[in-house]
Amino acid sequence: MASAEQTNPQLLNGRISRAGILSFLSAQGILVFFLLSMFVFSLFSEQFLSQSNIMTVVRQASIIGIIAVGVTVVIIGGNLDLSVGSMLSFATVLVVDLHDKIGPMNAILVMFAFTLLLGAVNGFLIGLMRLNSLIVTLAMLSVIQGLVLIYSGGQNVDIANQDGTWFAFFGRGYVLGIAVPVLLFGLLALLMQIVMSYTGYGRRIFAVGGNPMASVYSGIRRNWCVFSTYLISAFCVACAALVLGSRVMGSQNNVGQGYELLVLAGIILGGTSLLGGAGSIWKTVIGVLILGFIQNGLLLMGYPYYTQWIVTWVIIILAVWLDLANKRKRLLTTHS
Amino acid sequence: MISIKGFFRGRTTIQPIWVFVIAIFIFFSFMSEYFLSLSNITNILVQTSTIGLIALGMTYVMINGNIDLSVGAILGLAASLAVGLQDYGLTIAIIAALASGMLLGAINGLVVWKTGVNAFIVTLGAMLGIRGLIFLYTGEQSFYSMNFAFADFGASTIGPIPVLAIIFLLCTLVMHLVLTRTGHGRNTFAVGGNPEASIDAGIRLGRHMMINFIIVGFFAALAGVLLASQMGAATPNLGRDYELWTITAVVLGGTKLTGGYGSIVGTLGGVLAIGILRNGMNLMQVPAFYVLVVLGLILISVLIIDKKLNVPSTKEVRI
Repeated sequence: MASAEQTNPQLLNGRISRAGILSFLSAQGILVFFLLSMFVFSLFSEQFLSQSNIMTVVRQASIIGIIAVGVTVVIIGGNLDLSVGSMLSFATVLVVDLHDKIGPMNAILVMFAFTLLLGAVNGFLIGLMRLNSLIVTLAMLSVIQGLVLIYSGGQNVDIANQDGTWFAFFGRGYVLGIAVPVLLFGLLALLMQIVMSYTGYGRRIFAVGGNPMASVYSGIRRNWCVFSTYLISAFCVACAALVLGSRVMGSQNNVGQGYELLVLAGIILGGTSLLGGAGSIWKTVIGVLILGFIQNGLLLMGYPYYTQWIVTWVIIILAVWLDLANKRKRLLTTHS
Repeated sequence: MISIKGFFRGRTTIQPIWVFVIAIFIFFSFMSEYFLSLSNITNILVQTSTIGLIALGMTYVMINGNIDLSVGAILGLAASLAVGLQDYGLTIAIIAALASGMLLGAINGLVVWKTGVNAFIVTLGAMLGIRGLIFLYTGEQSFYSMNFAFADFGASTIGPIPVLAIIFLLCTLVMHLVLTRTGHGRNTFAVGGNPEASIDAGIRLGRHMMINFIIVGFFAALAGVLLASQMGAATPNLGRDYELWTITAVVLGGTKLTGGYGSIVGTLGGVLAIGILRNGMNLMQVPAFYVLVVLGLILISVLIIDKKLNVPSTKEVRI
């Protein structure tokens, strides 16, 4: 009796159940897919699994990854953030432009302050005034892009003396042989994973995203929880801007355009539900890395760069579909 | 909501966006001497026709409780096909362009229907993927139309009124009638308002969703063809960010993201609000950047007004 085997722990004890493996595989499907795709790419290109290539991919993915860590927290809290792309443009233009005017340290402080302020505006409108997050952040996307253009007057900005500033550390530096962007990405992801899994604050965010009304009845200050998730998201964007500005040593006005959707693609691929209340940071990290490795692997196999977008299209839908199908125990929906 | 009961057979209400449209119309008429002329007003209609056409389809999809982020990419692909296939004849090129939009819309709809994956995710993926298809087809090149009939069509007029404006207004009228007078329109509202109840009532939910995705695909492709004929060219990046503009217009027009509520008349108001603001501020020589800020602030204001005027429902607004 298969069902008895599954429910009786004594029968399972001491031997590996096939159902157990299958349920583990389907629960960790994204990890399995990740390893599988790495394996397939390594068959086609011998450079793919080389250490330098892997470091390059992780480094390229780190900007999207840093932002995705913050947005994942927002999504677990039951909201969306589409304004991160414009916010990235804003923060990068600000820090690069101010670098030569008031010095790197002040520029970084001012950039963090203003980016957090924008996050606070998002948080105020969505958390405290309880407006729809999709529309508010869509509106903020437009407002912030406008602010960037007004601030810069439509000009691109750059840093005059690119070699003589310690600002280069964030985008170009290495600590113990690891690129600083990767280190920053890893540290932020680790920190937020610990916060979300092991602290009361993290549990409250999950509660708010999972069932807002229930969270209010259990005494959680829902509005301030949502508010704080947007501060976290803005903080992550500011860190990403630090890396981006320092790596390029200059900035276009629309440098962050489209990032919001790539970030979402990574998060969805990782398996975090857009409905809120579920998901995790490490899944997002894997989702972002998958996007990076798909891009890199396809390029190494000789396909043009836009092939990755078509592959991403198929993979995103398949990933979410299989997840859903697994939950409802059937492949297709039943309604006509 | 500002409603003037009995204005039109006692059923029609005036959306707040139309009050806003009339207000800014009067404002710009005073601020700029060039604003209130027939040529400028038809100009606004032509400028807004691209986003306006997509917004018509987007209204259906959003009333249906879904969203379509892939319209900008569909527009780009249709524009490239309409210009790139002209060697095989203009008619074939245009038919292929429109068919590509309907096919991609049908794929989106079928996936949403059969897999049950959230439309936001499906069309987000499609947005990336279709952009990839454009680059694949065009080889990252811009196409220029050698057929002057095609390029002239975008600038042609009937009497004093540009053809593009007439097409836009005709489509608006047809889509308004379909939404308010046909079974499909009624079922679209029902499905968006309460999917479970509509299934219980025997409405074929999936089919209506798919039809609406085909409609928005068609209108995105039509907008792409018309935009290409205006420019006499198509670039692979054409239509980027149009999904955001379109959603802004539809939401300004009072359509709810949760589904079950909205109107074509409101969407027309939202589209005109964007068009008049862009045009009017341009005539007042305000840099284009400020339009982005003003539009965003208006969108947030509309949300706040909506929140304050409506009795809060128990259903939380989430996607």
